[in-house]
Amino acid sequence: MSAMNRRNFLRTTAGAAGGLLVGFHLPQRSRIQAATTSLKLNAFIHVGTDDSVTLFIHKAEMGQGTVTSLSMLLAEELECDWKKIRTEFPGVDREFGPNQGVVGSASIRSSWESLRRAGATAREMLIGAAAQRWGVDRKVCRAENNSIVNTANNERLTFGSLSTEASMLPVPANLALKDPKDFQLIGKARKRLDTPGKVNGSATFGIDVRLPGMQYAVIARCPVFGGKVANFDATKAKAIPGVKGVVPVPSGIAVIADNTWSAMEGRRALQVQWNEGPVAAFSTPGITKSFAESMSQPGAVARKEGDAATALASAAKKIEAVYEVPYLAHAPMEPLNCVADVRADRCEVWASTQGQSAARAEAARITGLKPESVKVYTEYMGGGFGRRARPDYIGEAVEVSKAAGVPVKLTWSREDDMQQDAYRPASYSRFEGGLDADGWPVAWTTRIACAPFGGMRDGLSRTGVEGVSTIPYAIPNVLVDYHAVDPGIPVSYWRSVGYSQNTFFAESFVDELAAAGGKDPVELRRRLLANSPRLLAALDLAAEKAGWGKPLPAGRGRGVSVANNIGSNTVQIAEVSVERGKLKVHRVVCAVDCGHVVNPWGVEQQIQSGIVFGLSAALKGGITIDRGRVEQSNFDRYDVLRIDEMPKVEVHIIPSQAAPGGMGEASTPGIAPAVCNAIFAATGKRIRKLPLKGADLG
Amino acid sequence: MATVKFTLNGKSQTVDTAPAMPLLWILRDTLGMTGTKFGCGMALCGACTVHVNGQPTRSCITSIGSIAGKSVTTIEGLSPDSSHPVQLAWVEADVPQCGYCQSGQIMTAAALLAKTKQPTDADIDEALRGNICRCGNVPRHPPGDPSGC
Repeated sequence: MSAMNRRNFLRTTAGAAGGLLVGFHLPQRSRIQAATTSLKLNAFIHVGTDDSVTLFIHKAEMGQGTVTSLSMLLAEELECDWKKIRTEFPGVDREFGPNQGVVGSASIRSSWESLRRAGATAREMLIGAAAQRWGVDRKVCRAENNSIVNTANNERLTFGSLSTEASMLPVPANLALKDPKDFQLIGKARKRLDTPGKVNGSATFGIDVRLPGMQYAVIARCPVFGGKVANFDATKAKAIPGVKGVVPVPSGIAVIADNTWSAMEGRRALQVQWNEGPVAAFSTPGITKSFAESMSQPGAVARKEGDAATALASAAKKIEAVYEVPYLAHAPMEPLNCVADVRADRCEVWASTQGQSAARAEAARITGLKPESVKVYTEYMGGGFGRRARPDYIGEAVEVSKAAGVPVKLTWSREDDMQQDAYRPASYSRFEGGLDADGWPVAWTTRIACAPFGGMRDGLSRTGVEGVSTIPYAIPNVLVDYHAVDPGIPVSYWRSVGYSQNTFFAESFVDELAAAGGKDPVELRRRLLANSPRLLAALDLAAEKAGWGKPLPAGRGRGVSVANNIGSNTVQIAEVSVERGKLKVHRVVCAVDCGHVVNPWGVEQQIQSGIVFGLSAALKGGITIDRGRVEQSNFDRYDVLRIDEMPKVEVHIIPSQAAPGGMGEASTPGIAPAVCNAIFAATGKRIRKLPLKGADLG
Repeated sequence: MATVKFTLNGKSQTVDTAPAMPLLWILRDTLGMTGTKFGCGMALCGACTVHVNGQPTRSCITSIGSIAGKSVTTIEGLSPDSSHPVQLAWVEADVPQCGYCQSGQIMTAAALLAKTKQPTDADIDEALRGNICRCGNVPRHPPGDPSGC
């Protein structure tokens, strides 16, 4: 029984055992498997004898629209009927690259060429099969709407009727891909393929997976990062009805029960003493102080052009500013979870994960099994934002299943999620800028203190400086340096990574330079972007659409920001009001040049989504540390943007034939500075510290 | 342990359980109805919203004991074929992204419409501000026009 069919069977069994059919849904993707013989044309495409086309999406879906956009790339060249396609997530396979997963807004960029090629390969095999059947030259055959047409006599054979023969043909070489002007799907707005299952409860997220005999686990972890179990007493936990066992695992003590709630109740009753370790010495005020103290010494140089020190010394006017941002949690709506079934000779893992390869490697490491003996089943993610690229929670589920000897669903509570995250790092930066006698910038320096992650080189962490070290502005003298200051709070990738804080710093400071030099913020940027045509065009478009320069009522202001990350260019203009100290963000105009657009509707959704995410953080987001513990534990003290706080967002896409850029993280960096620059325009108050919720705007 | 009888999506249902167990976990773990989602466990995010006697209710803090004799509707029972007007509107506007909060959003919106046929923007804000979405499909009017999709 294939894994997919096994899952269906298991789910059917589970549904029937509960005596309920109403709530039970076979995943759409699997129903097809039972109905047809599906023939593999390549790793990405199967064609069923019933004419169904199944596309294997080797990435994962966390809301960013990958299932739809990658299907468009495959279907464009395959010439299949869009309405007949089905999608599945395949297992981990070398054919899908050494690091199968979804990070860095890379899905389109890394698949743009390869998936169109996969589509064309399958099409050519179907054409070859038709030519063989008809005994004609393949040149007279072409693919059209799930069929191969003999152009000499208009005869047709459906894909399904050719799939058996096609699957036995050799893989063709010398493929010609379509001229973009002939695209039928790419570049045209397509609704998402995953919507139907997401409006009736049938879409299966990781947390929805159920296996027969499965037990439910939660883990008690040390509230202080890096702390370990000193000793524990499970007597009271085991007395909770439903609790089946209490087992130590590397990250803490697992409580296993016959339902999630009993496991949580058992954990509540568990008595654990912790060795808190060295991070217990750190609290937010001390961390900020250590950042500030590092500012007096030069750091590792991230960017150097000209001689900033001399240029500053001789500048007609000089300004300075210090900026600061807090740690941020990812807080995806679906709390972390994983189902694992460890057996003597194999391990199966069901997970909503951004990193399938990493998940498999982690499970193999823990079980000692060969990677080939570990199966990873990718489920829909209820948000990821970078958090689900870490396989820690997958490893935990594997550990618990291994220890308990049964299939286990490990669930993190929201408190676990917020207090045991790997956070967007807190960061602190000092800027100096020099202006010439006409008020134009001639010198720029930035010193950043931030915990490193993602690798260090010569004292430098790319993730700590990107967004400042990458400023696109033509300023003759620039120096950006960096101090790695690491108090031991876990930090990692958070939607848009270093840009999430550094674009706020840099784009706010550009505005400060404009104000100091008496320049209009758009005018200044226009001058400094004279050699960056794509950004300049986006700036001009955003300014035009936002009505930049048109009068606004008192208490209202517009602010602009420019970002170029993940291969895309975005300019945002926010319009805000401040009335009696109360801020409202009314409207955000975003001009985007992301190169060749696959799905304009997907671009629009992602721009909007990135803005919601960045605006949530700018207005409200902040994780603070007290003696090595996170002070926030749920959405009461870590609030996020609500429906009535959401501005109107207008997206303007600039047509482009350039290579596609990324989209999932493109608009997150620019919203905080656009809003803060708008607050300055409205009130004259400069915001240098986030979140805004504590700021005095009155 | 206690035996609790209630109506679930129009059918009689009986469970033997600790009466303090939240309805959310009865639905998800005991009955295998996973359309209703766990998000916060403290009635702060709305992902677990179901209808109890027609009222939008956070199932994560509603004990199964308190449900005895009542009628519960979940996303699975909102309509037999995704044909509830809210579901149709959601598909039309292509609302979900990650989709995890959607059961709760839809159940909350359906309860609002059952009570208020022509809600104002203020009514919608009031009803839905308790439902958190991290992806950003919160604007009431979808941007652009994905027609022809």
